[in-house]
Amino acid sequence: MSSALILQAIVSGLLLGGVYSLICVGLTLTFGVMRIINFAHGEFLMVAMYATYFFAVGFKLEPYAAIVVVLPGLFLFGVMVFYFLIRPIQSRDPLNQMLLLVGLSLVLQNGALALFSPDTRALQSSLLYSKIELGDVIVGTPMLIAFAVSIIVTLALYWQLRFTEFGRMIRAATSDRGAAELMGINVNRVNMLSFGMGVGCLGIAAPLMMPVYYVVPDIGTFFILIAFVVVVLGGLGNFVGAMLASFLVAIAQSIGALFMPGSTAPVLPFLLFVLVLLFKPEGLFGRTSR
Amino acid sequence: MTALGQTFLVGVLFLFMLSAPTFLSDHQTHILIQILFFAYVSSCWNILGGFAGQLSFGHALFLAVGAYTSTMLLLQFGVSPWIGMLVGGMLAGSLGLFIGYLSFRYGIKGTFFVLVTLAFAEIARIIALNTSAIGGASGLYIPIRGNDFWYLKFVNKAHYYYVIFGLLLVVLAVTAWLERSRTGHRLIAIRENEDAAQALGINSLRYKLLATALSAFLTALGGTFYAHYVTFIDPSTLLNMNLALEITIYSIVGGIGTLLGPLLGAAVLVPIAETVRTELGHNYAGVHLVVYGALLMIIVRYAPEGIIGLIRWLREQWAKSRSLPTHHTSEAKP
Repeated sequence: MSSALILQAIVSGLLLGGVYSLICVGLTLTFGVMRIINFAHGEFLMVAMYATYFFAVGFKLEPYAAIVVVLPGLFLFGVMVFYFLIRPIQSRDPLNQMLLLVGLSLVLQNGALALFSPDTRALQSSLLYSKIELGDVIVGTPMLIAFAVSIIVTLALYWQLRFTEFGRMIRAATSDRGAAELMGINVNRVNMLSFGMGVGCLGIAAPLMMPVYYVVPDIGTFFILIAFVVVVLGGLGNFVGAMLASFLVAIAQSIGALFMPGSTAPVLPFLLFVLVLLFKPEGLFGRTSR
Repeated sequence: MTALGQTFLVGVLFLFMLSAPTFLSDHQTHILIQILFFAYVSSCWNILGGFAGQLSFGHALFLAVGAYTSTMLLLQFGVSPWIGMLVGGMLAGSLGLFIGYLSFRYGIKGTFFVLVTLAFAEIARIIALNTSAIGGASGLYIPIRGNDFWYLKFVNKAHYYYVIFGLLLVVLAVTAWLERSRTGHRLIAIRENEDAAQALGINSLRYKLLATALSAFLTALGGTFYAHYVTFIDPSTLLNMNLALEITIYSIVGGIGTLLGPLLGAAVLVPIAETVRTELGHNYAGVHLVVYGALLMIIVRYAPEGIIGLIRWLREQWAKSRSLPTHHTSEAKP
């Protein structure tokens, strides 16, 4: 095994980690911080990817331009889901909210199957083939952009939760709902907006992914499990932890692909997940930012 | 309804189910088999998810263990599926004990138990896809060999119907026993308030493990039946997250933690799925889940006790409206 190959695997893993991180930032907010077991997160991503696809095809623009529409669109979608579906059963067992979102994910996933057929759809973007060569290592430009943006979005959300008034409200509303209400915080509004933000993050993720990924109705199931793994590994609600966990999981996958037989490398995140849940349930990176 | 009336109704239903294949067409029998199969698997899930209150999204794993074990034993060593069924059940039961012990020992419950079961099912799917010895991604075919009871092979669908009907009766008997026994009551106490149950001296780890092992064992028997009825198994249909969710949905829509809930759920939902499937064709396999998902949302939101809960509510309303006029006179009597 040449060292160039391993170096390439690490770099590819890092870049893939950027994509995971983009997807997981929103779930860290809705699942990690708000403790809503957002089983529809993958399907929200799927919706955002189809929206990006049709925007780019319809207007003959680069997929990145779709952010202008898809980001606010997903935010509104999230707000509506919270208002009409989650808010009415907020006081019940969290497992009820989870089941409701499982129902929503089935409706979205299979609704997309009925509307768009199971065909894969990919954009013919010139970006797909643009790359930067650093010695023996090749870096795809779209992946590099996604990587950079994922770091920016993660830090922005971390900053917002830690240091802004709205972030304080979110933390107050999730740690003690009653007390927060007594302090004059409109908890329902705060929760609605933060759920919207969590879903809205996918409005950034999807346009950044579409130059490289294709979209199918069940693409959500592929990412949702990884996303839950990453959010738990990162330490629930820890944005920077989730980002590091994304890199770790992705690098483990890409290095594992070199050494493990067949395509068994994808088991690594799940093995890691089970081990961490058992022996370090607070996550690999503690819960410093909560 | 009087006890006599109830017994009569159950008797009539039983006779109807027993004679159903004689007057139903092949296609209708096939649908009935599917209803019974999903009612069976969902009833098995219900022991853990409904009675012990530990939701699992990974029951497809136990189904797959049952299917693969008996199929491999048959293909490699010519072992009868009836024996393979028991071996698969025991393997699945042990696997359930392993997953359960790991989780419950370390205090994993609720959401995190859901995620752990999902993770194990996903690990199994990836491993099965990559293990050519058990067919890999292309799956395994079970050769057809005419009528042979010992090899669970029948030409006539009616015979398969009686096999799954028998299995369903077994799981219903187990569930009915749970409903009445101390073990079942302990499981329900753990579901409702685990700390309180432990304070009363119930060993919650032991009972949760018992529920997991029993649920996994019985689920795997269904897996063997599935393999031999469909005669083809592969990782992407068996170890599929949506299949695991379907199993869960029948119980929740019908009435989670009740004896007949999973049966009612399957009886209502499977015909819908079958209609969608025949109308839209194979390419759109899965579109029925739109209906499942929507119903799940409605039930969770408006009727958390499922169809059973709705029926109970209707009966109470009916009883109330009947007893109202005579209510005062009957109460005035000494």
